[in-house]
Amino acid sequence: MKSSIIIVIFFALGIFLGYFIDESIIFVSDDLSTYALHFLLFLIGISIGCDLKVFRIIKKLHVKILFVPLAVIVGTLLGVAAVSVLFEDITLNECLAIGSGFGYYSLSSIYITKISGEVLGVIALLSNIIREIITLVASPVLVKYFGKLAPIASGGATSMDTTLPIITRYSGKEFAVISVFSGTVLTIIVPFMVTMFL
Amino acid sequence: MNTVLICLILGSLLGYIIREKKNFLKHLDKITFFSVLALLFLLGFSVGKDPVIIRNLHNLGLQALILSVAAILGSAIVSFIVYKLFFKDIKADEK
Repeated sequence: MKSSIIIVIFFALGIFLGYFIDESIIFVSDDLSTYALHFLLFLIGISIGCDLKVFRIIKKLHVKILFVPLAVIVGTLLGVAAVSVLFEDITLNECLAIGSGFGYYSLSSIYITKISGEVLGVIALLSNIIREIITLVASPVLVKYFGKLAPIASGGATSMDTTLPIITRYSGKEFAVISVFSGTVLTIIVPFMVTMFL
Repeated sequence: MNTVLICLILGSLLGYIIREKKNFLKHLDKITFFSVLALLFLLGFSVGKDPVIIRNLHNLGLQALILSVAAILGSAIVSFIVYKLFFKDIKADEK
């Protein structure tokens, strides 16, 4: 819990500085977060490599591992369909399309903006960013109440990169391989599913 | 996506080579945590400097929040069923 609070503080600090600091004074390149991400993935690789148990698990799991991305798809669509009745200006199909971003906000919001316009595109962008942020912040809580697959499910397509460090931290490195697998499958199907619903 | 796989594979190889160096591996969790902090700070920074996101934050944010919470709860519940059925036997290694 303490580490989640620290993470939120750093995120808030980032927004604050990003909003107020003139970019002519301090220039923070978007590439920097890409490099930080790659560094993290490298670190995760190290923790996987020095513990060979992970590879025994992926052998043992074989077909079972397919149920993870499948659960994410079914659960996400059921969830957004259930709340679609709350919105007067967003249709069921639009809700399903936003949900099908699975946290992959850059790609899904571009598709949705192109097909359905900017308002829906912004909602898709925010919704999928929030999905990633909630995963980063709430993973310990998710593990506690819904088991160790829950942060992977919550992370959706991001469970292969941005949320992988936090998932590994709270679900254990045994779940890192499952996380990468699920995130990879979801990342690949995002463009197909988003356009299918619109 | 290729870069992701390359980073993971290179890391794994290094991890395999240095798997006996317990001193270094002890600090790995700490380094990982600081990297997460840096990443989140940078994510916040790019949200903060984007006027489109900031301006629409309160209007569309609520709808977006409802959708994300629903998506997370839905997938967490279905994944809980899958976890109970197939993954319960994977034990986390306690330190």
